[in-house]
Amino acid sequence: MDPTPLPLIHELSTPGRRGVLPPSAPEEERRAARESLPEHLRRREPAALPEVSELEAVRHFTRLSQRNYSIDGQFYPLGSCTMKYNPRLNEKIAAMPAFQGLHPRQEEADIQGILRVYHDLQEALKPVLGLEEVTLAPAAGAQGEFTGMSIIKAYHEDHGTGRDEVLVPDAAHGTNPATAVLAGFKVREVKSGQDGRIDLDSLRENLNGKTAGIMLTNPNTCGLFEKDIVEVARLVHEAGGLLYYDGANLNAIAGRARPGDMGFDVVHINLHKTFSTPHGGGGPGAGPVAVSARLTPYLPAPHVIRSDGGRYSFLTPEKTIGKLLGFHGNAGVILRAMAYTLSQGGEGLRSVADHATLNANYVLSRLPEVFERPFGDLCKHEAIVTVRKAQKEKGIKAFDVAKRLLDLGFHAPTIYFPLLVPECFLIEPTETESKETLDRFLAAMEQIAREMDEDPESLRSAPVSLPTGRLDEASAARELNVCCRI
Amino acid sequence: MEESKLLFTKTHEWIEAEGEVRHCGISAHAQEMLGDIVYVELPEVGRKVKQGEEFVVVESPKAAADVYAPVSGEVVEVNGALDAEPDLVNKGPYTDGWLVKIKPGDPAEAQELLTADAYKEQIEE
Repeated sequence: MDPTPLPLIHELSTPGRRGVLPPSAPEEERRAARESLPEHLRRREPAALPEVSELEAVRHFTRLSQRNYSIDGQFYPLGSCTMKYNPRLNEKIAAMPAFQGLHPRQEEADIQGILRVYHDLQEALKPVLGLEEVTLAPAAGAQGEFTGMSIIKAYHEDHGTGRDEVLVPDAAHGTNPATAVLAGFKVREVKSGQDGRIDLDSLRENLNGKTAGIMLTNPNTCGLFEKDIVEVARLVHEAGGLLYYDGANLNAIAGRARPGDMGFDVVHINLHKTFSTPHGGGGPGAGPVAVSARLTPYLPAPHVIRSDGGRYSFLTPEKTIGKLLGFHGNAGVILRAMAYTLSQGGEGLRSVADHATLNANYVLSRLPEVFERPFGDLCKHEAIVTVRKAQKEKGIKAFDVAKRLLDLGFHAPTIYFPLLVPECFLIEPTETESKETLDRFLAAMEQIAREMDEDPESLRSAPVSLPTGRLDEASAARELNVCCRI
Repeated sequence: MEESKLLFTKTHEWIEAEGEVRHCGISAHAQEMLGDIVYVELPEVGRKVKQGEEFVVVESPKAAADVYAPVSGEVVEVNGALDAEPDLVNKGPYTDGWLVKIKPGDPAEAQELLTADAYKEQIEE
C-alpha cells in the first residue's frame, strides 16, 4: 500500500471547477425558492464546497476506499466480532425496488409484504434459539441487550420482587455490566475458574435475595462452552433470578444447541454476526431479542403478529417496556438476515457452526508454540492464545505482534480481551474463510514468532508499511483533537 | 514514598504502612500491565469506603480497571494533579502518581495486607 498521506478533498479544490453543470432555474423559481425560506435561514455567501471535476471526486473516494481494510478485501480474524462474509444475495434482496420504496408511515394494509418478512424471520429465529417469542425492534446489538435487561427489570417490578442485582462473569463483554447499570441494576462480578469457565462456588456466593439475574455468553469470551450451564441455570432460577444470554457468540452453536434449552429466559442476538448482515460503524443494525413465555407481555412495541386470517399487523404487548426507536427496527438489515436464513436453511446453519468451530480449532492447533494456550487444545468458534512468556522474557507484547500483523497484510485479532488473560489474542476466523487463507495467516504468525528471536525491533517498530506508523494511543486519548471543515 | 514501607493487596493496590492519614495508589506492576493511563476517576472527598470496595477507576487504551480500597476508612484527599496528568501514575506509581489519601477506620485490617516482598513474590508466580 502506498503510505503517502492523501490530501483532503478541499485541498484538491480549484475555483470554478465543476463535476456537473445543472441547468439554471428561471429567475422566478429561484426567487420563489428563496422566499420559501425564512430570512434567518437563507445563505448569505456561497457554501464552501470543494470544487473538483467528477473524475477527481471519483479518484479521491476510490483511493480512500482502497485504504480501508474490509472483509471484502482481506482476512479479518477479530475475535468476538464474527467478521464473516456478507453474501451478495442479501444485498440484491434488500435493494429490490418493492422494499426500497417503502415508508414506515404507510398503513398496515399497504405493507403486508414487509410485515410478513418480519413475522417470518421472528418465526425462523424461534427454533434456533428455543424460546417462545422474538422481537425485531431493537436497532443494534447494544439496544438488544438494553431491551433484554429492561424486560428482566419490568418482570421483577411487575412481580414486586425488589430484586436489583445482576451477576456478570469477569470474562463478560464490557457491554454486559454497562447494560445492566443502564437498565437500573447493580452489578456483582462472578469469578472464572482456572479452566476459563464460570466458577460455581463464586456463583453460589453471589446469589442472594436481591439477585435479579445473570448475564452470560455461551460459548464464553474465552471461546469455551460453559459446560455447567444447566447447573448454573438451576442455581440462578432457584435463587429467583432470570438468565440473560448475550448472543455475540451464537455463531458457534446455531443449529447445534439452543439457549432456551440451556435455561435462558432472554436472548439477544446480533444479525450482523451470525446472520451475515454488514457490520456498521454504529448502524444501522439489528439486535433481535427472544424471550421465554413468562416474559412475552413485556416485549417492546410495536410487535408484528399474524392473525388467523393471514393478515399481519402491529401489536402493542400488554405490559410493554415501550418503544425503542421511532419506527419498527431496521428493515434493510432484517431483509438481509432473512435472505441469509432462507438461503442457508436449517442444515446450512448447522454447517456454519461446525465450520466456524473447525476453522478456529485448525488455527489453534497450528499456531507456533510461543502463542500459548491458556485453556487447552480445544475451543469453539474462537481461539485464545497469549504471549505472556514472550512478554516476560523478551519484552514483546501482544500489541507489538498485532502491529506487525498489519505490516504483513492482516487485520489484527482482538487483543487484551478477555481481561483475565494477560497479553492475549482472541482469534475468530469464521466459517467463510478457506484453508488457504488460514494458512497464509498462520505463515504470518510463524514469521512473527521467528522475528521475536531474530529481529525483535521489527515488532517494536511496526507497522512500517501503512499510511500511518505506530500511533501514540495515550496522547490520542488524552489530547482529543478532532477537526472538520464544511 | 519508599516501596519497602508500603503494604500491598492481592489486587495490586498499595497503602502506606503507618500514619493517621495514608496515601494509596496502584502498584508499579499494575500500571505496567495497564499501559499508559489516560484517565483516572477519583472518589469524592469525605466518601466512606469499605475494604475491597471499588473506589477509583483507572483507564488506559487497553482497559478500564477498578481500584479497590485497600482498607476501610474515609477518603480525605484525592490527587487532583491526575486530572491534567493521569500519566503521573505511570511515571511515579509510589510518588506523584498516588491516587487518594485515606484515613483508616480499623488499623487491624492493614495486618492482612502483603509486605512489598510478599507482593513481589505473588506477582512473580
